[in-house]
Amino acid sequence: MAKSLAELKAIREKKLNEINLRHGKNGYRVVVGMATCGIAAGARPVMVKLMEEVQAKNLVDVTVAQTGCIGMCKLEPIVEVYDSNDEKVTYVHMTPEKVTKVIEEHLVKGNVVTEYTMTVVDGKVIDTTVKA
Amino acid sequence: MAYKRSQILICGGTGCTSSGSVTLVQELKKECVKHDILDEIEVIQTGCFGLCELGPVVIVYPEGTFYSRVTIEDIPEMVEEHLVKGRVLDRLVYTEKGDGHHPLSISELGFFKKQRRIALANCGVINPEDIDEYIGFDGYLALEKVLTSMTAQEVIDEVKASGLRGRGGGGFPTGLKWQFAHNAVSPDGVKYVACNADEGDPGAFMDRSVLEGDPHAIVEAMSIAGYAVGAQKGYVYVRAEYPIAVHRLQIAIDEAKEYGILGDNVFGTDFCFDLEIRLGAGAFVCGEETALMNSVEGKRGEPRPRPPFPANKGLFERPTVLNNVETYANIPKIILNGAAWFASVGTEKSKGTKVFALGGKINNTGLLEIPMGTTLREIIYEIGGGIPNGKEFKAAQTGGPSGGCLPASLLDTKIDYDNLIAAGSMMGSGGLIVMDEDNCMVDIAHFFLEFTQDESCGKCPPCRIGTKRMLEILEDICGGKGKEGDIEKLQELAEGIKSSALCGLGQTAPNPVLSTIHFFRDEYEAHIRDKKCPAGVCKALLDFKIEEETCKGCGICAKKCPVDAISGEKKKPHVIDTEKCIKCGTCIEACPFGSISKA
Repeated sequence: MAKSLAELKAIREKKLNEINLRHGKNGYRVVVGMATCGIAAGARPVMVKLMEEVQAKNLVDVTVAQTGCIGMCKLEPIVEVYDSNDEKVTYVHMTPEKVTKVIEEHLVKGNVVTEYTMTVVDGKVIDTTVKA
Repeated sequence: MAYKRSQILICGGTGCTSSGSVTLVQELKKECVKHDILDEIEVIQTGCFGLCELGPVVIVYPEGTFYSRVTIEDIPEMVEEHLVKGRVLDRLVYTEKGDGHHPLSISELGFFKKQRRIALANCGVINPEDIDEYIGFDGYLALEKVLTSMTAQEVIDEVKASGLRGRGGGGFPTGLKWQFAHNAVSPDGVKYVACNADEGDPGAFMDRSVLEGDPHAIVEAMSIAGYAVGAQKGYVYVRAEYPIAVHRLQIAIDEAKEYGILGDNVFGTDFCFDLEIRLGAGAFVCGEETALMNSVEGKRGEPRPRPPFPANKGLFERPTVLNNVETYANIPKIILNGAAWFASVGTEKSKGTKVFALGGKINNTGLLEIPMGTTLREIIYEIGGGIPNGKEFKAAQTGGPSGGCLPASLLDTKIDYDNLIAAGSMMGSGGLIVMDEDNCMVDIAHFFLEFTQDESCGKCPPCRIGTKRMLEILEDICGGKGKEGDIEKLQELAEGIKSSALCGLGQTAPNPVLSTIHFFRDEYEAHIRDKKCPAGVCKALLDFKIEEETCKGCGICAKKCPVDAISGEKKKPHVIDTEKCIKCGTCIEACPFGSISKA
């Protein structure tokens, strides 16, 4: 269906509200980096697990979306959780196993799972998964 | 796997290994056995943390306690205090420049602080397969503005005033290109818009990331270009090796058609525009504009002589605007925010930002977008996080096979089109490969020339024959058969090819050779005169040796050697049979005592 300019405007406002989740509204927008780099690092099973768990737990205020390259390929798979104030938490080197804990702790109870965020020392991100 | 209550990471990078991290692992395990807690604890040797000056580095999880400069004497206390009693050993915790911390968001990292995202604004934020999300982030608002309130000339003037230059490498002013195509007369009124997404430089993935992360931006920008020059049809030429990019772009085109954003009478106006994807089969030369057009037309991907320029006689002999993916990605932002806003970013002659794919010997490999005028030093040390394993920076390669290498003395060069050309390189499409002391610059020149020589289409003799001759000389130099006068011969050939090749591929192919000769002539001379490769890369010039005094005769190297070139009695110094040795380097990595060297 071709859309008129007024219809586009309506979509724009509706989507912006959904994405930014409007201040005061509860819920999270979860995005998974799904560019070539993310997929190669294993983002697809992470994404699938997220969608399954969100559905299984019936988390109606949580939206899961794929997105493009977030920039730091070496930290992929990256999952970012945006809250209702558009503040985000970045989880790195995600796996389907880690997703379970993020869902239970962060998306259900609202507690950030610090151990899956980055560790930075002296301005450098410590990559804890690369085995020598 | 059994549940482990604690994980201990010990850096196993070259830097920390040389400061003793391997013996730490053994000691740690020994102490854990003593306290009978080995089952509860996992000891992991990791790759380089990039903090070699603090090494050996040990991190204890789940707390994330960061211990620096750990010695073997510290281990018993660390195990007893931290792992048995659960008390952090304060005296070893790294505190000098701020303790190890957990930033909540990736945006807090130094990697993002110097960046400015215009072309990549939506990448990593929106869902590329949902047109509504693109619309939600002001998508198609620029097209609406253009179609409802601007004339074609006003659009071109805005792009001209923004100072936007071609992001594919050449740096031609985009507005001027549009003006030429706008002014050109087509015999039947048909004009075309095309997008060059045939990204072929080794290590470059900027265009792929834009197409994968924000494909609608390209659809919108090409529609705007179509309106500006009077075209009704556009082609996106993407390489078939980018299946995800092709898939998402096709979804974007289909969605836009469904919404009536592509097609006839867009938004109820007279403007009609349609887009089609053409897949490239992977020939590097098809990234050259005239070869690309031949390929779109279904002909052999060979360049055509210019003039006539594509703006006058391009696709199917009609006036055509051809821009690169990243160039297009800037267009909607320029229309929405105005030329003055865009021109406020960047340097005097290079406005806006540039996307780079940062790779090679660098801690933070990734995709970044910086304002023009950022220095190479800022990119490598602040955004890129420096060189791994505590190695020395040697050179940065920009512009891929058409560009050159910038040495450490040019680290403070402000990156823009003109400065890079003045330094003997070029912007190129945005691949940025960092090299350290272990890279041989003759080998690098050889690598790029081998690439362009292989990819030469063969139409014009300077490129077909000239690059072949240059490659042969480089092969000789790397193979220990270099002669006095080779450098001069390379330079002479290079100048001839540059001035006489038909298209950009040939004209720029000698650049990596010329720039490495210019900045690293001593390395060429060492190969030719002394038959030595100072970086230890060119195998024909290396001899592997086991040092008698330090070899303990453990036999590990002999076991690992794939061609049985190492022999010796147990506990006696071993020797390498240089006739059999294939110089693979496996023994050097395997030797626990660092007794094997190449020189």
